[in-house]
Amino acid sequence: MSHAFTLALLDPKRPVPPGLTDPQGRPAGKRFDIYRNNIISSLVRALETGFPVVRALVGEEFFAAMAAEFARAHPPRSPRLMFYGAQLPGFLERFPPVQGLPYLPDVARLELALRESYHAADTEPIRPEALAAIPAQNLPTAILRLAPSVRVLRAGWPVLRIWKAHQDQTDISDATHDVLICRPLFDPVPQALPPGGAAFVATLLEGAPLGAAVLAGEAEAPRFTPAPVLSRLLAGHALISVEPAP
Amino acid sequence: MFDQPFNSLPARAGVGFKPQHFNSLMETPGPVGWLEIHAENYMGDGGRPLAQLRALAERFPISVHGVGLSIGGDGPLDKDHLARLAHLVDWLRPAGFSEHLAWSTHDSHFLNDLLPLPYTHATLARVASHIDEVQETLGRTMLLENPSTYLRFAESEMPETEFLAEISRRTGCGLLLDVNNVFVSATNQQIDPRTYIDTFPVDVVGEIHLGGHDADQDEHGAPVLIDSHGTPVADPVWALYTHALTRTGPCPTLIEWDTDIPDWPVLSAEAARAAARLQQATP
Repeated sequence: MSHAFTLALLDPKRPVPPGLTDPQGRPAGKRFDIYRNNIISSLVRALETGFPVVRALVGEEFFAAMAAEFARAHPPRSPRLMFYGAQLPGFLERFPPVQGLPYLPDVARLELALRESYHAADTEPIRPEALAAIPAQNLPTAILRLAPSVRVLRAGWPVLRIWKAHQDQTDISDATHDVLICRPLFDPVPQALPPGGAAFVATLLEGAPLGAAVLAGEAEAPRFTPAPVLSRLLAGHALISVEPAP
Repeated sequence: MFDQPFNSLPARAGVGFKPQHFNSLMETPGPVGWLEIHAENYMGDGGRPLAQLRALAERFPISVHGVGLSIGGDGPLDKDHLARLAHLVDWLRPAGFSEHLAWSTHDSHFLNDLLPLPYTHATLARVASHIDEVQETLGRTMLLENPSTYLRFAESEMPETEFLAEISRRTGCGLLLDVNNVFVSATNQQIDPRTYIDTFPVDVVGEIHLGGHDADQDEHGAPVLIDSHGTPVADPVWALYTHALTRTGPCPTLIEWDTDIPDWPVLSAEAARAAARLQQATP
């Protein structure tokens, strides 16, 4: 029963399954459509909450229609709707009507990363002195663990500038593409990464030692220095332990 | 199955918690004696939602209300989801847990709505076994809520009240009487809502829900009400609630408002209306 019900719910062109009626025994028709509408409108609302900047960029009406199409093609796989929409960036890459907005998938990735950071586990940051206390010759082999709320986004477009323009923050100078997200307390804060910074943080996230992370940064940007990124991580409560190499 | 009451909520008015009301609730809870949360919103790993919930739980009895377990589904329960629910219930130790007589998951697709099921002996056995599994996993009795329905299944073999009474008898679970759902379903099924209340097994009711609905029509011009939780409780639902209280006696009563959420004074005033009726109810 629920198989036919589900197929018809997600595809408005399918007929209402047999055996569903009004009180007089007539085919349910419009009454079945209430369930169809409830499902799609609730999923559209979840996507509106999750992707406010994508919505602002394409307009509310267009977003609602696009989100409905997405919801029918990609219904949630889990009742945790806080994580719904992970496939939206890929959907946007292929969705013909938005091919004129090539930065849209990256903006969606930024909004997804902010949401993941928001719901990530709480951790205690290390004090800045803990890092300063490590002898310089031991630094390359030290392992810096990052908070589970840390995200790095490597974008093809200046997504942070686009995002900030929709937060009443004008930061026109900020044309970098890579973004670091830290969550000092409850609100994730996205900030620009200098060239090499994304490779540096991504390598730390893999659990590699600090020296390897610096090399990864230098491989992308020969003049990369870790100090400015480390101070952003410290200020963002993103470093949760520093250990000598195992 | 479990020798304990269905929940430990006070027989007072409660509201469904919304984050925008956090400060108001902590400072001026007014008539609100307890809170209900949707379980699925607190299944993240950390951050503000869980911090707010911990703070609220120090001030208020909390009822956990699931919307995604799909107890009425024809497949097995989602073990991962049930484990997440058990984790939440273990650390929060809420005053109660409730879910719906409905389904929402099919073939690992979560449809985010409370979908209807036929009331047959086969579905009865399946729902009862799902409730047994939930109660055993959580180590407590739960409440099962009557749904809002918009259509009828030709294959149904018994009325909803009989189905719910039998579920409670087999599993030991309590029932959550959603009076707005009674009004919505009775209108849509063209039955008398008072008769529904009068045949409801009130001795196992552990909680009452009130909420708003929208009005529409089907293609034959018959009125169809839609459970929307986006407006104040309608006058005929307040009247039905007063009637229900004559049968249940004082009972924890929740105001649900989930879309177009109002400012705190509006929601608080709705809770005050429920509190006033609760005070007049005689045990």
